[in-house]
Amino acid sequence: MNDHLPETTHGAQTPVGTQEPIPDPGLPEHEWRPTDVDPKAARRAERQVAGLFVLAILGAIGFIASYVIFKIGDTTDTIGNLGASNLMLGLCLAVTLLAMGAGMIQWARKLMSDHEIVEMRHPAASSQEDREAAVSILQTGLEESGLGRRPLIRNTLLAAGGVLGLLPIVMLRDLGPLPGDKLDHTVWDLDTWTPEMQAWWKTQNRTLQRVVRDVVGTPIKVTELEIGDLVNAEPEVLFAVDPETQQPVVEGTQLLVDKSKAAVILNRMLPSDIVSEQTLNWSVDGIVCYSKICTHVGCPISLNERTTHHLLCPCHQSTFDLTDSGKVLFGPAARALPQLQLTVDDEGYLAAVRDFTEPVGPSFWERG
Amino acid sequence: MRLLNRPLGRLSRHRRGPVAGLLVVALGLLLTGGLYAAFSPASAREDDSATQIKQGHQLFLVGCSFCHGTNGQGVKTLDGNQLGPPLVGVGAAAVDFQVGTGRMPAVQPGPQIPQKEVVYTPDEIAALAAYVASLGPGPAIPNPSDYSLDGLTDEERQQAIARGGQIFLTNCTACHNFEGSGGAMPRGGYAPKIRGVSAKYIFEAMLTGPQAMDNFSNGNLSVDEKRDIIAYLQSLQDNPDYGGFGMGGIGPVSEGLFAWLVGIGSLVGVATWIAAHTARTSKQKAEQ
Amino acid sequence: MSLDTSKIADTNRGTAATAKKPNKAGAVAGWADDRLKLGTLTKVFARKVFPDHWSFMLGEIALWSFIVLLLTGTFLTLWFTPSMSESVYQGSYTQLRGVPMSDAYASTLHISFDVRGGLLMRQMHHWSAMLFIAAMFVHMMRTFVTGAFRKPRELNWIIGSLLLLLGILEGFAGYSLPDDLLSGTGLRIADGLVKATPVVGTYMSFFLFGGEFPGDLIIPRLYILHVLLIPGLILALIGLHMLLLVFHKHTQWAGPGRTEQNVVGYPMLPVYMAKAGGFFFMVFGVTALMGAVLSINPIWKYGPYDPSKVTAGSQPDWYMGIAEGLLRIMPNWETHIWGVTISWNVMIPGQIIPFVLFGMIIGWPFLEQWVTGDKREHHLLQRPRNAPTRTAFLAAMVTVYGLLWAAGGNDILATHFHWSLNSITYFMRAAIFIVPPIVFYVTRRWCIGLQRGDNDLLLHGYETGIIMRSVEGGYSERHLPINPDRAYTLTARHRDQVHEIESAVDENGVAAPGSRIERIRAKLSRGMFADNVQKPTVEELEEARHHAEHTHELEAGLDHPASGHEFDDHALRDAEDVPLRQH
Repeated sequence: MNDHLPETTHGAQTPVGTQEPIPDPGLPEHEWRPTDVDPKAARRAERQVAGLFVLAILGAIGFIASYVIFKIGDTTDTIGNLGASNLMLGLCLAVTLLAMGAGMIQWARKLMSDHEIVEMRHPAASSQEDREAAVSILQTGLEESGLGRRPLIRNTLLAAGGVLGLLPIVMLRDLGPLPGDKLDHTVWDLDTWTPEMQAWWKTQNRTLQRVVRDVVGTPIKVTELEIGDLVNAEPEVLFAVDPETQQPVVEGTQLLVDKSKAAVILNRMLPSDIVSEQTLNWSVDGIVCYSKICTHVGCPISLNERTTHHLLCPCHQSTFDLTDSGKVLFGPAARALPQLQLTVDDEGYLAAVRDFTEPVGPSFWERG
Repeated sequence: MRLLNRPLGRLSRHRRGPVAGLLVVALGLLLTGGLYAAFSPASAREDDSATQIKQGHQLFLVGCSFCHGTNGQGVKTLDGNQLGPPLVGVGAAAVDFQVGTGRMPAVQPGPQIPQKEVVYTPDEIAALAAYVASLGPGPAIPNPSDYSLDGLTDEERQQAIARGGQIFLTNCTACHNFEGSGGAMPRGGYAPKIRGVSAKYIFEAMLTGPQAMDNFSNGNLSVDEKRDIIAYLQSLQDNPDYGGFGMGGIGPVSEGLFAWLVGIGSLVGVATWIAAHTARTSKQKAEQ
Repeated sequence: MSLDTSKIADTNRGTAATAKKPNKAGAVAGWADDRLKLGTLTKVFARKVFPDHWSFMLGEIALWSFIVLLLTGTFLTLWFTPSMSESVYQGSYTQLRGVPMSDAYASTLHISFDVRGGLLMRQMHHWSAMLFIAAMFVHMMRTFVTGAFRKPRELNWIIGSLLLLLGILEGFAGYSLPDDLLSGTGLRIADGLVKATPVVGTYMSFFLFGGEFPGDLIIPRLYILHVLLIPGLILALIGLHMLLLVFHKHTQWAGPGRTEQNVVGYPMLPVYMAKAGGFFFMVFGVTALMGAVLSINPIWKYGPYDPSKVTAGSQPDWYMGIAEGLLRIMPNWETHIWGVTISWNVMIPGQIIPFVLFGMIIGWPFLEQWVTGDKREHHLLQRPRNAPTRTAFLAAMVTVYGLLWAAGGNDILATHFHWSLNSITYFMRAAIFIVPPIVFYVTRRWCIGLQRGDNDLLLHGYETGIIMRSVEGGYSERHLPINPDRAYTLTARHRDQVHEIESAVDENGVAAPGSRIERIRAKLSRGMFADNVQKPTVEELEEARHHAEHTHELEAGLDHPASGHEFDDHALRDAEDVPLRQH
């Protein structure tokens, strides 16, 4: 047995073929199906197909019945531990559709004529005459338009078309505001506050913004935390309530925007566990505060390994060292986790000294 | 002075009586017992707790001291690694959790100690817990009333569950997943599945921060907040599966797997059926 | 058979055509035909022939899934509110009562819990979206591995690739609409990817979200993208895809009676209408079954999106899995230079590599045509084994895809198999470079081995399993020739033609322009066809048959297989006396 090396051509594509080794035996002879030759088999197939269509009807009736019978909303009917309405509507619909489909397919397979038919192909390309006709038509059109002879029209037309294309792009300018320096600050920086937030702050008579527990909004005393505690926290202004209207000062979209940069975690550890000087200086009694927003692409992180003080992001597994200025230990994040400097205010609650000293969250071009 | 110089005869006559000795002994006992009762700590008054601690100590020496030291002080290997951490101050709650869920006694070291069959009876667990609690003050085993919603109106109950859900999603789902199906931690560790775990153990786990889990002490998440989280988890389990089988509750990964295996698999099968050669016969048709 | 057209009008003037038996249906058909030339259309299209093979129905799964998406999606639009305005929920799902959420999320809860059949439609919509994209992938792989993208179908291949891309974008937009925690996390990641773009990243991010993330405009914008713009594009492209399919006619497998000039199969009316129509119902039915019993995207458990909340096991839907995997295994390279940041760790996996992969998909037909120099039209499909390099390339790409998929689920792998998360990441970083070349090589050699097997069949026939012992004592296996239909099928293909260059330099030693590229081209062409087994020539077949007849003398008397009962009487005989012919 020998392998053939492929034939070689020299640039051109003249088909190099030897005589076909085996001639085309032509379409095979048609073989009949039992349903073609035996009337009893045909009738049985007919009954099968009809039965399937009847099953489809039954499924549809079941669907309508399920729609009426099974309740959802305040009291949900169940079958087993599954929601009854979804299950029964879905199963009846499935029976209807599958039976319909199976019936049509069975009909085609068993009863419809299965003689193979031959259809000739046409070349995809136009004939030579058509091509030439097309070329001459286009040339005629070009001549009659005079475009070829009048470069001034052509050039100005192109210029006009190009400029016209600019218009939709210009129209999109108001899609959004320019970033400015918004990404460099969070609501930990009191200078970025809205007038409503500032008005509320005036009623508080304090200078330092407290760190409060997320969801419940309560401020945190140092003595409340044990070694190993992990607190998910936010700046207190996000839970502020206007004393007159009793409405939240920050809500809706603004609340989510602020949370997406200002969310932090607190972790209490032994001061002797802290490695870097900055982390030690910015902590209070071993309580460190870091941004909760991952510097990779922005997921919130709160998977802390208490024993190693490694903080893991669930999205892409970037790991940060809480004892060492949030340094990256593993994973695709390139920047350390920003730390928030903590202090204790006059009443003994944990508070932030100032905003983060670097932008929070994913990197961007202008971050520097 | 005259009393002291009295002739010995009169005193000694009483002293030489037949019950004198008995009287002296009885007086002495009463005096000692009374003084002891008055000045010793209250727990010593209950003999059962003392026996419980003693029993716990015996169990501890047999099953726990190899890694945790004979007095729960922890054991360090020659390389300076911790074999078993010190148990001073972990509290009864930690023991109740670790031993009650079968994690302890650990069978072999590793990135994480898995849950196994529970080895001790509830009484033994209580004894161990009492012993470890005696080593130093720590979190106590919670009272069932701490994490039960009894006594709340329906509306308060619903509010507690909703709040518990929000606290759960903020603090817990990052490790344990939205359904409590668990999640991965670095280097082979994992946050275990918390679905189906009893309320007491969930409370204790939050309180004591087992293995690599953080603490959520009562100063971090208050008792009410813990109760709300547990109520929310309970409600997730009590709820029916509205949309069908959950495929493990781990989200899009299992959904994609089922889409390919069940969906595309069955549809390719259907396609194969549609295009398959149907049965043939060698008989000829009677009329063409 | 010819139609009697004597009664049909041949102009628009005068009386209209009269049917033999005037009836209502005929009147309606006549009215329509007078305006739309339906008769001619019917004549041309109704009996169009389509070949029959299960692998030709994979694209249909995608097509019917799209119809299911349109139907279920329209249902959902009747109740869905694409708005991010916040309100406090007071609906039937008690676990979320009192929780502030966007209208989009609240309306999705409403559909799931207060509209009968709403949850079913939501789940069917999501399942069929996954099936749509999966089917496109499987269809694409079939088209690739059988060479159906070759001339004249390159444009259809490009349209199909665009459909795949649009489908993926559509799916991403769709599952982000409910504004739940899981999909919101996905949007956050998408924002991070956008922000990492050099120079314009922050501007693009602010323009996309109408301000800082998350803003209140992204859901309405995704909505119009998802229900109008992308479906419109998809419908247009599907129409074009089908048009080209009808115009070029479907490809077919080689076989008796099938040539490059014809297409053999069954007619549209009635067989394919029934089969394809039935398949539509089957696809719809399977989707309904999955929507009934398998819970997908239980948004009520995720809760509304909040940038400070996240769930473990945050993955996008499966078709974004490779982007997720790339993001996870990418090392943390970032350049800080001249006051700006270039985030390679986000740009490469999020923007550059997907672009490169998509470019490879779109460009393959042209690359292959350039390497092989093959400008012929092809309507017969190639068996994968007869194009070993192409098949091996697909296997290698599927391997890369699968590894990145697995990397995207590395935390699920870690918890289920008790592996270390970090080890999986390190393994994947190496594996995506090491494993695909190995798969490429193995697949290629496997194909060539199969080709050699085919060649053996042609030259020496098939092995009957009957062992003969010759007079000298040697053993040989009896072969019988394969039937002519099968033999023809194996040889109904072109011989490979390597593209060679005439000469790098002309007589005067001047290098031909572009000769360096041409030399690379020739090398690639040789490599593409290296070791391929070409079909035997007529001479080789003759020689093989002659050789077979020669050995036939050793097996004289056996024109049928031995039954095994020849020596049942246990008597000693000479070979010639064995009464074989009686059997």
